[in-house]
Amino acid sequence: MRDLLRSSSEGGGFVPPSSGDFELPPIFGDNVYTTKPIALVFLSVILISVFFIISSRKAAVVPSKLQFAGESVYTFVRNDLAKDVIGHDFLRFVPYLFTLFTFILVNNLFGIIPLLQFPTMSRVSFPYVLAATVYLVFHYVGIRKQGAIKYFKDIMFMPGVPKAAYILITPLEILTFFLVRPLTLSLRLFANMFAGHLLLLVFILGGEHLLQGVIGLKLISPFAFAIGIVLTFFEFMVQCLQAYIFTLLAALYIAGALADEH
Amino acid sequence: MQFVDLAEEGKINPLIPHTAELVVGAIAFTLLFLTLRKFVVPMFEKAYADRTNAIQGGMERAEKAQLEAQRALVQYNEQLSKAREEAQNLREEARIQGAAIIEDLRAKAQDEAARITATAHASIEAERQQAIASLRNEVGTLAVELASKIVGEALDDQARQSRVVDRFLEDLEKSK
Repeated sequence: MRDLLRSSSEGGGFVPPSSGDFELPPIFGDNVYTTKPIALVFLSVILISVFFIISSRKAAVVPSKLQFAGESVYTFVRNDLAKDVIGHDFLRFVPYLFTLFTFILVNNLFGIIPLLQFPTMSRVSFPYVLAATVYLVFHYVGIRKQGAIKYFKDIMFMPGVPKAAYILITPLEILTFFLVRPLTLSLRLFANMFAGHLLLLVFILGGEHLLQGVIGLKLISPFAFAIGIVLTFFEFMVQCLQAYIFTLLAALYIAGALADEH
Repeated sequence: MQFVDLAEEGKINPLIPHTAELVVGAIAFTLLFLTLRKFVVPMFEKAYADRTNAIQGGMERAEKAQLEAQRALVQYNEQLSKAREEAQNLREEARIQGAAIIEDLRAKAQDEAARITATAHASIEAERQQAIASLRNEVGTLAVELASKIVGEALDDQARQSRVVDRFLEDLEKSK
């Protein structure tokens, strides 16, 4: 809404969308807990909970259509992510990975759902939180499984590596495990959603701006909208993919921490 | 609020998180996690387990049925071979009995034939005896007749004698 108002009110020069477009003002007064992203996050929690509770409530051997839909998503996370990656003892992590996947997926999809149209994960705070949970979970699992000393020792001094190589490998491993992993995890998700939304804004706001120009520009604007629509489909793919990648990496990190050798 | 001011200045670093969003993100995620773990995952897992049981049960049933079928087949084959054996025995017995009957009949027929032959012999003998008896009788009579004829003629002449005998024989021929 704000974007639309702005581009029409400013009339003259086109102001390209920027990171400022992601800073949405609170809906109610000054309360920072009533911004659109926060409302969307709560909406996603409600939607996911309601959908899966209803679809699993009467879970039977022969599934209903609704159960089948919910179970397909669950089975995907359970078997294709948790079971295949973590292997033995994967069941313990299914609730966590399932939450992760559905939470990211729905919040990403908000980016192209009409009227909502804002990918919550383009707000970096949420990917940070999610990456932090992954960080805590996989380190916790590793420490529980192997004991703190062995776990950290294995990270710092990777077994089966010539002693001299530790000069290179140890700092890299420490960086990987304690900084790079959570950072890349969160930034990948954030950047994809941020860039995708920005791209859509450019083409749709640009198309709208062209529509207000002279007749020649008006003729071009449909192309901008068409590209915007194509990009929307593309975004759908990216949104699903990012949810998958995030969950897959979380599972991989957990599997790595559970394995005896890194 | 500060971030709104920043937005208007267009100097926003999108990598700086907002406290409110961090808090909400953590709460929302935890809430969702707890909900899904408590209400959703166990139900789906239960459905999985039920399904596995159902499939396993079905397979067990199928296995049992197959076993039963196999047992029935073995039983059937056994019965069949037993029946065949029995039939073979019956045939053998029948053959033996048949042979015995034929042997018996043949013996009876031979007896009968022998009996008939004996009867025939006896009757022939009787007839022969009768014929001999009657012949003897007749010969006597004829002799007497001839004698009387001879007596009736004069017996002194040799020629006459032979004529008489010849005539008698002629008469005999004629009367035949």
